Amino acid sequence: MKKFINNVDDFLIESLNGFGKAHSEIIKVNFEPNFISRKTKTKEGKVSLISGGGSGHEPMHGGFVGHGMLDAACPGFVFSAPTPDQMQAAAEHVDSGAGVLFIVKNYSGDIMNFQMGAEMYSGKNDSIITNDDVAVEDSTFTTGRRGVAATVLVEKIVGSLAENGGSLEECKKLGEKVNKNSGTMGVAFTSCTVPAAGKPTFDIGNDEMEFGVGIHGEPGRKREKIQPSKTIVNNMLQAILDDLKPQKNEKTLLFVNGMGGTPLTELYLVYDDACEILKSKGIEITRSLVGNYCTSLEMQGASITLLKCDEEILKNWDAPVHTAAMRWGM
Amino acid sequence: MITETKGYMSVNFLISQAKNIQIVIDQNAAEIEALDQNIGDGDHIFNVQRGLKLVVELEDDIKNLPLQKGLNMIAMKVLSGIGGSSGALFGTFFMSMAKTPDLDKDIDFKKACEMVITGINAMKERGKADVGEKTMMDVLIPVSEKLNELKSGNTDMKVGLSEITKIAEDRMLATKDMLATKGRASFLGERAKGHIDPGARSSQLIIDTICKSLINK
Repeated sequence: MKKFINNVDDFLIESLNGFGKAHSEIIKVNFEPNFISRKTKTKEGKVSLISGGGSGHEPMHGGFVGHGMLDAACPGFVFSAPTPDQMQAAAEHVDSGAGVLFIVKNYSGDIMNFQMGAEMYSGKNDSIITNDDVAVEDSTFTTGRRGVAATVLVEKIVGSLAENGGSLEECKKLGEKVNKNSGTMGVAFTSCTVPAAGKPTFDIGNDEMEFGVGIHGEPGRKREKIQPSKTIVNNMLQAILDDLKPQKNEKTLLFVNGMGGTPLTELYLVYDDACEILKSKGIEITRSLVGNYCTSLEMQGASITLLKCDEEILKNWDAPVHTAAMRWGM
Repeated sequence: MITETKGYMSVNFLISQAKNIQIVIDQNAAEIEALDQNIGDGDHIFNVQRGLKLVVELEDDIKNLPLQKGLNMIAMKVLSGIGGSSGALFGTFFMSMAKTPDLDKDIDFKKACEMVITGINAMKERGKADVGEKTMMDVLIPVSEKLNELKSGNTDMKVGLSEITKIAEDRMLATKDMLATKGRASFLGERAKGHIDPGARSSQLIIDTICKSLINK
């Protein structure tokens, strides 16, 4: 394992320390229990948004704390859900009386810990669960689809509504709409190495890729030989379109997300391929996002998310945001 | 007949069991980690090891406390110090054990069974998982059912505990051929088949260690 590490046990704390110092004008890192909050207090009457999950997906979620997005983020150990006391402390810290909306990715550990945190918090609160990953079959008897990159879009769009006075109920409703209108498909070329493990999570051949990979390096739909980008992108989009079934000329946001180890040069190439394929199918791309937003440590690979947009979604997407990882309009 | 020995559940009993379990889990860490990397993401073993370390380190703080207080402190430590599914589930286990009535009286074997059954039921509720879903509940639920039978039956305690170790092992092995419908392995579909569930394996080792220490008491 080659990583910037002093001591494996201090990995998370030292990284959080650095994050706090680098973005001290936007956020504050609180310890024991660990959570990242905005530097300023939540204004009265504004619904607070709190997300969180295992670390190793940076900039998600700490990088999305700030004006127009989250009020707090709770980082767990690498790839392990955060603990209920973190969510409770974060909620007590940020709630201005208008209530708290927890944004949770659909993984068993996250669901259970957020549920317990919500039970321990005495103030008004509600939750939305993201499950945009089309690689996994959904059924009422299973854990269901994973919550992956579309969580970023949910946090941005609902964050804007909350900033502009949306109620807890309205925020939840919009978040559920964005989640329902999104589909994501991921592909990995290499594994990632969890610091505590010291070795790659899975073995993968030099000429292989994992199609439908999750954001922790957990396996996906199938193992395949690597193909030209156009073919990979076409297969990814096909899986998304089969699920989302967008109308002809429907407006969409196209989000190409890097898993951490793939350069932006390649992500833009993927974006180009995706644009051409979607254009040929009569799907209109009205907004874009390209970059490393929901990562899996140093994994090479990318995910594509397509979000069907109506006016409400577009308006809130365009609204000003100022966080460590996303900033426009202010 | 169940032997009416006193002191089956106390703070010191829990700490000494945690120490025994720590040794066994460490001995089998590589195997559990490999199982998790096959069908999960490899964090389970670190979560279990971290949890055991935290409980063992609590010894000085809790050794003189009444059982209920001790259990609550263990629950909070596990809940806040582990994370992932394991933290939530084992935290829930201790938290609900602490809610069993009459913990200020001496705990006989029957009462200890009742506490463990209460704890496992709460885990089942929290994780919304049942048997046959390729999780730790595949081991824990049948163990809980057997404890319920022992609690009210006439089986010799040591014979009963030995039967429990057998049940735990069989049920752990049976997860190998299951499709997962809960937890991270559920995302794998058919590909999860052929691998023992890491949570089922760690739970079986925990049950095995506790039962054997009681049998050899």
